[in-house]
Amino acid sequence: MSASASAAARAPGHGARVSLLRKRADRLGDRAIFGICLLAALLAAGTIFLVGYQIVDGAMPAINKFGLGFVTDTTWQPNFGKFGAGALLFGTAITSAFALLLGAPIAIAIGLFLTLLAPKGLAAVIGPLVELLAAIPSVILGFWGLVVLAPYVQSKEPFLHDKIGFIPIFGGPQTTGLSIFTASLLLTIMVIPIIASISRDLFRSVPPELQDGAAALGATRWEVVRGIVLPTTSSGVIAACILGLGRALGEAIAVSQVIGAGAEIQSNLFAPGSTLAAQIALQFPGALTELHKASLFYCGVILLVIGLAANLGAGWIGRRFGYAGAVSR
Amino acid sequence: MSGPLIPDPTAPLTPSGNLRRRQIVSRAAEVSATGAAVIALAALVLVLWSVVDRGANAISFDFLFKGYPEGVGPMLLGTLAISVYATLIAMPIGVLLALYISEYSGAKGAGTLKLILDLLNGLPSIILGLFAFIFIVSPQQEQTAFAGAVALAIIELPLIARGSQEVLQLVPKHLREASDALGVARWRTVLSVILPSALGGIVTSTVLAVARAAGETAPLILTTSNGDPKSFSINPFEALPNVPTWIFKVSEEGSEAGYAEAWGMALVLVFIILVTSLGARALLARSKRKLSSS
Repeated sequence: MSASASAAARAPGHGARVSLLRKRADRLGDRAIFGICLLAALLAAGTIFLVGYQIVDGAMPAINKFGLGFVTDTTWQPNFGKFGAGALLFGTAITSAFALLLGAPIAIAIGLFLTLLAPKGLAAVIGPLVELLAAIPSVILGFWGLVVLAPYVQSKEPFLHDKIGFIPIFGGPQTTGLSIFTASLLLTIMVIPIIASISRDLFRSVPPELQDGAAALGATRWEVVRGIVLPTTSSGVIAACILGLGRALGEAIAVSQVIGAGAEIQSNLFAPGSTLAAQIALQFPGALTELHKASLFYCGVILLVIGLAANLGAGWIGRRFGYAGAVSR
Repeated sequence: MSGPLIPDPTAPLTPSGNLRRRQIVSRAAEVSATGAAVIALAALVLVLWSVVDRGANAISFDFLFKGYPEGVGPMLLGTLAISVYATLIAMPIGVLLALYISEYSGAKGAGTLKLILDLLNGLPSIILGLFAFIFIVSPQQEQTAFAGAVALAIIELPLIARGSQEVLQLVPKHLREASDALGVARWRTVLSVILPSALGGIVTSTVLAVARAAGETAPLILTTSNGDPKSFSINPFEALPNVPTWIFKVSEEGSEAGYAEAWGMALVLVFIILVTSLGARALLARSKRKLSSS
């Protein structure tokens, strides 16, 4: 309302000429439009609290029954009413970490390619194409993973077992191709466009004088990147990776389609597993007991906490080191 | 004549030693950066090629416009309806929120609201499915398209609000000042000057948000997954069949019987999403350029 008052004050000599009716309508209109805008803002802010409250509320029976031990307990046996998210947490961590380890270097390299290497016209084509990767619905990516990628991974598995099977995570028996490994590959595809587009924007913001200066001193292209571009943007790139991690942690559909729904912790990438989000997508529609549903809501609570922490963390790093605008887009 | 201090003037000018190593490293870095871009494009092409290759056979007039089992018309109609409902909820709130950020809230309020929008944007979509389930489906004891639309609206809201706010920010200051100088009340300025000049950008941001939400599956499997695939319906207060949950169901069942239909639906959905998002992107860039140059 202070805004409307100042708007009126800024128009001297205005009130004298227009009719009283018009003035009153303007005052009313100013208040009305401010009011509904404020209402929309409050609604959005309220939504996030409402979502948090409802999820915790749904999880209450499980929280009361299992307490914090739920997080570390690794048994998930709906038939016996025993629930623990330990194995799911493990699966979530493994798949996301794998996706980030594989995806982040590729994505950052794409960012560098788009800003420093590609001719302008080419970059204007490839940039949007990489972002299109994020536009493919996850259910279709998952379906592709199930029908095309998983059989391919399965056919290549013996090769991996033979060559690098001495590393425990690549050993183990032949499986169906529906595994933690396949899920991680899909997550990698989903993480790349996010990190690539943010890091491209970051690299663009590096002052050209610095790069030109380094080049004038005889630095090669790689040395310019290593010495100027990456150090000035490192915090933003880390924030981008955290955002990508948040995306990977929360992906439910594509993962549930290809991970093979295992229930135990496995020391082998080619074994089936499950993640917090995938477990909800797989089991919620068929959950019969209240406790089963509540336990899935408890998984949701954990996911919510991790997701919010990742976003707040990325925002904090971005703000703290001055790249907030680029990171939060 | 081969003393080390006198360089051989006839030797070719190629780098040697340390410089040569540095140049090789740099070259290798360039090649791997290009390789990374090729990998990403290859992934895109592989996925799209599979969808086109396997989906194209399924497409026919009957497939698009008839009920199950001859076609998947009801699913396509359901997805359209749910997206429209979600947008009807999200667009007014999103645009008003963007207006609030750009016109009324101070810098501090804007920062808080943007943070909230980022958090909303970062919520895993399955969480919103759980939310819509316990908030709407559970009390009513039945799945409804409306519940799914609410979940999708929460996904669209931050996208619409951030996109519109960016466009509103680009509305030239002199337009506002001219309007103020003529003694026009703030609300008339907002409705007749600011919104119309930002309208193009707002609409394209909304289209982008819809394209993003149309393929979301996680919220829908908890809220509207058991719709009748035979009947054409757009009633928001019953479960509507829709493309994403159907594809998910086919892949859950693990039998190859429904694969052909699923590929066909995937092709239709991907085609619509990619065309609209590419088109909207181009339009958005154009209207942003126009705004900032005026």
